[in-house]
Amino acid sequence: MTRLLPVGVCLGLTALWWLAASGSPIFPTPGAVLLGIASLVKDGTLLRHVTASLYRVTYGYGIALLLALPLGILMGWSRTAFTAFNPVVQMLRPISPIAWIPLAILWFGVGDLSPMFLVFLASFFPMVLATSSGVQLVEREYLWAAQNFGVTGLKLFTHVIIPGALPTIITGMRVGLGVAWLVVVAAEMVAINSGLGFLIMDSRNAGMRYDLVVAGMVMIGVIGLLLDLVMRRLENLKEVRWRYARGR
Amino acid sequence: MGAEVAVRGVWKRFGTGDGEVSALEDMSFTVGVGEFVAIVGPSGCGKSTLLKLLAGFEQPDRGEVLIDGRPIVAPSRRGIMIAQRGSVFPWMTVRQNLDLALDRTPDRDRHQIIAQHVDLVGLAGFEERYPHELSGGMLQRVEVARALVAKPDLLYMDEPFGALDALTRLGVRNELLRILTRDRPTCLLVTHDVEEALHVADRVFVMTPRPAKVARVVEVAAPRPRRMSRPELVGLKETILTELGLSVADVA
Repeated sequence: MTRLLPVGVCLGLTALWWLAASGSPIFPTPGAVLLGIASLVKDGTLLRHVTASLYRVTYGYGIALLLALPLGILMGWSRTAFTAFNPVVQMLRPISPIAWIPLAILWFGVGDLSPMFLVFLASFFPMVLATSSGVQLVEREYLWAAQNFGVTGLKLFTHVIIPGALPTIITGMRVGLGVAWLVVVAAEMVAINSGLGFLIMDSRNAGMRYDLVVAGMVMIGVIGLLLDLVMRRLENLKEVRWRYARGR
Repeated sequence: MGAEVAVRGVWKRFGTGDGEVSALEDMSFTVGVGEFVAIVGPSGCGKSTLLKLLAGFEQPDRGEVLIDGRPIVAPSRRGIMIAQRGSVFPWMTVRQNLDLALDRTPDRDRHQIIAQHVDLVGLAGFEERYPHELSGGMLQRVEVARALVAKPDLLYMDEPFGALDALTRLGVRNELLRILTRDRPTCLLVTHDVEEALHVADRVFVMTPRPAKVARVVEVAAPRPRRMSRPELVGLKETILTELGLSVADVA
């Protein structure tokens, strides 16, 4: 019964939306949006834009992850590294990636690189912070035990510190991917001619097709949800269950 | 197996300035090879600090801790600590936990040694389980098995059964005693359970409140396995409780 609850809420809201939008010139109905999605699927534009957006997220987010993990581990482990890097990270973090758009265009032009760079900026900082606090939060008992059994050097990191921090790191990766998806759409609204963000802007500019605008928004929501579901699967790995299982 | 522990005039303080507290003052004692010593005392009297000094996790401010005549400067595989809160790695299976504790054993022997120790603590068949899939008593047995896999000469136990219910506690304790007759490492057990101390130890050190001192050493000569109802053990229990400041009328 409770499993049907979210479906019910969804249907209820859609019904409300339909009622409110009927006859309104500034609000497309759910029916018009569905037809819009269908037409976008049929002529292949939807697939093209979705692929373009996901492609940029993959690279921007992937590179952010590759750099955030080592930096976060270093900051979490070494007091000196934390003191050195934390102020810079804390200062750059609150700058919205959107504010970087002019510089991104100046440095990387109007191709794929600009949105990739913005996605990188958006997801890098949350993942650095999650990783470093994950490492700092590894309980002393575990470090003592490792020391007691003579686990040192690289093995200490691969067998104790990283696995101990992994639940927090995965949460950071989830947050990072969420922000990456938010930012890629915003980045695509400026100076680029593909992606879901472009689809939305283009639908308005090229003929006030608000049904397609909302269709684009719905697709962003659906894909964002799917991305998060994938990340949540990571939290179910047996190697990290111990942390999440506690609170449930 | 086993090693001699000698504590010589050890002092340990914590904190600084007004917040400074003295945990240990001029403590000295010796524990013989293969001996089992239980340390009982009021909470916060510095018992855990003492174990950390013995295992090399902390260094004394003054005095020295000697293992077989040599000062201990860092933790080592010779002296394994079983901590109060437990430290079996939750991200590893039982097998992986034991495997990490094995260090430089040749691959062909590892499997057999792990199987043997898992069997020893009655957990055969649970090798591929993660700690969160085990009960508290089972987890404590993994802790013991992992410690023994390292073949320590010294075993330091800080309230190792504190989190278990009374019945499980008795079970794991009996099992530990049975296992220890095999390897006979020197054992130091910190506990606030006087009966537990009398059940397992050759000698019981009764500590004073902070700064901790050994107020009294009680020899337990009763043969093993011990029935706690033996009149001499009941007598010793009363002696220790009185030493700890509880009158017999309070506990009888």
